[in-house]
Amino acid sequence: MTEMNGADIVVNCIAEEGVEHVFGYPGGAVLYIYDAIFKQNKFKHILVRHEQAAVHAADAYSRSSEKVGVCLVTSGPGVTNAVTGIATAYMDSIPMVIISGQVPLHAIGQDAFQECDTVGITRPCVKHNFLVRDVKDLAETMRQAFYIAKSGRPGPVLVDIPKDVSFARTKYAPNREPVVMRSYQPVVKGHQGQIKKAVQLLLQAERPMIYSGGGVILSNASAELTKLVKLVGAPCTNTLMGLGAFSPNDPQFVGMPGMHGTYEANMSMQHCDVLIAIGARFDDRVIGNPKHFAQHPRKIIHIDIDPSSISKRVKVDIPIVGDVKDVLTDFMAQYEAMSVEHVQNKTALADWWKQVNVWRGKECMKFALSDTLIKPQFVVQKLCELTTGDAFITSDVGQHQMWAAQYYGFNHPRRWINSGGLGTMGVGLPYAMGVQMANPNSTVACITGEGSIQMNIQELSTCKQYNLTPKIICLNNRYLGMVRQWQEIDYGSRYAESYMDALPDFVALAQAYGHVGVRIDKPSDVEGALREALAMKDSLVFMDIITDQSENVWPMVKAGKGLTEMLLGSEDL
Amino acid sequence: MKHIISVLLENEPGALSRVVGLFSARAYNIETLTVAPTEDPTLSRLTLTTIGSDSVIEQITKHLNRLIEVVKIVDLSEGPHIERELMLIKVRAVGKEREEVKRLADIFRGRIIDVTDKAYTIELTGDQTKTQAFIDALDRTAILETVRTGVSGIGRGERILRI
Repeated sequence: MTEMNGADIVVNCIAEEGVEHVFGYPGGAVLYIYDAIFKQNKFKHILVRHEQAAVHAADAYSRSSEKVGVCLVTSGPGVTNAVTGIATAYMDSIPMVIISGQVPLHAIGQDAFQECDTVGITRPCVKHNFLVRDVKDLAETMRQAFYIAKSGRPGPVLVDIPKDVSFARTKYAPNREPVVMRSYQPVVKGHQGQIKKAVQLLLQAERPMIYSGGGVILSNASAELTKLVKLVGAPCTNTLMGLGAFSPNDPQFVGMPGMHGTYEANMSMQHCDVLIAIGARFDDRVIGNPKHFAQHPRKIIHIDIDPSSISKRVKVDIPIVGDVKDVLTDFMAQYEAMSVEHVQNKTALADWWKQVNVWRGKECMKFALSDTLIKPQFVVQKLCELTTGDAFITSDVGQHQMWAAQYYGFNHPRRWINSGGLGTMGVGLPYAMGVQMANPNSTVACITGEGSIQMNIQELSTCKQYNLTPKIICLNNRYLGMVRQWQEIDYGSRYAESYMDALPDFVALAQAYGHVGVRIDKPSDVEGALREALAMKDSLVFMDIITDQSENVWPMVKAGKGLTEMLLGSEDL
Repeated sequence: MKHIISVLLENEPGALSRVVGLFSARAYNIETLTVAPTEDPTLSRLTLTTIGSDSVIEQITKHLNRLIEVVKIVDLSEGPHIERELMLIKVRAVGKEREEVKRLADIFRGRIIDVTDKAYTIELTGDQTKTQAFIDALDRTAILETVRTGVSGIGRGERILRI
């Protein structure tokens, strides 16, 4: 037991969790904490240029490494700037701890300078939050925060610390005991009876389908998923959040489902007789209109750690609550045991595959190349080729995000880092920073657009300060492309405010921040430029790639439509 | 259908607002809400009534359970239970109304707990149909003020909600 102030306790608790990097921005209410950080060498602090970027970077740090991302912001505007980042992490269930400063206890409620109701503002977009009123509770609260963030269905947890609490002194001793909370005991192990029922159902299936989501990535269950797909022999689809969990090169992979999913994935989702959903939540961008989805009778098995995700949008026949990895392990043990007696209907399965391959024959991802205009899909394909599908790819939100998801084949989990749930433009560059901090020797590329990149472009400065060298691949079509696409399809091509005028000279801008900038406007230059950029290990390279303005993301299921009411190209409009 | 949901939650600042915030964020409705500490001061017992289809009620209970500070929850209306509401109602009582109001209060087993020349204040407990019936039995123009606590409930027999 040593006596120390609250700020030192915060620093010690962060170090206790094995955290090596904290992303943040100082301000009045966190000055004691920054003073404590100054005096320690247990972790490194990364100074961003905007609090939103601190949260995104910590979020990506977590997504790409299994570690809990940590960020530190000051009271008032520090917190409100962080909210977008917190909500982004919350929607994608990313384990994170956000530490925020607060005005001193006696000033709370007095409309003090840089005061805001942090706990109130963040309540709907955190897994949990705390306001620490007594320094004696600080260490325990910090431990609970980390425990809650990473256990059960993960999520961001915020700890709000008034300035006087970070200054007050108390006794502190390191504690490695597991946290026990009577009100929070997440279920990990699946119910054996439910698993048995699910196995029986799956063994009788004639048209089985495996639909896996971000839960498989978060649970590190990629190997288990792969084994299951092989065991069952069914087609497998990975959602936007689940890409990388199953090999894109495996013949059983049918691509991504949903609004911009493949024809074969959507048709299989709709026409299977048993659907096994694993760590996925039947999101509106995945199944389209739930009424249309429910028209086809099929039995659904749903494995998820969060009971509230089950039967939320789609009625489920066999729910299994538990950690995906645990449940899949038990599931396969039972499957192997039972498949001795109940033999799978191999003829039916072969017929099912025949059907799936007919759908596949549509080649819905084909696109026309051009000699004069750079096709964005082509850029992503080339990048995948040159990095053998092994790079960490972050993206922003919009057309480029979909092209990245569709045309980069992710060979490993935790390599595809994007904002799936909230759809936050501006995450790409701070995500690349977080990924690079967690994976310093890996290739990191940020596929972005000229709209999104400007939402957090100030972080080019952070990259310079910490020698972060992501390759920024800006698919520049001078439009807010996804908005323009919807306007073209649904709003009579009236392009209201979706044209990006007065764009900066990105090459000069990158150079002004001390980085390398290049502009590519000929298809024949793409490969060479990508090679060159990837070879510059010690430089951030901003590649301003001038792409075909009229290119749209296909296939597409319009919002509110059924999953199989697909547009495969502009000819279907 | 109306459901009475009982929740045991940590008696901590902000816990109640998480419950209420959940209802507004997910567009569920709360008809009544009562909350107070239990015999164990670290725990609060909250009772709320809500109306919704079975699937909505299922989501409500799941989301309540997901709140970190919620220790346990039960849908009382799923089994035999007792529900009570306390109502304090101030009624004009002048002339022959005095006798009539007194008689009506007696019929409903209400108690007059405050008296002035012009008004009675009546205390009445019962399930919501009873308190509502009393209001309906009174002359509407005679009602000066109504305060209802909302429903509290407890399971019948051995049905217990505790940790």
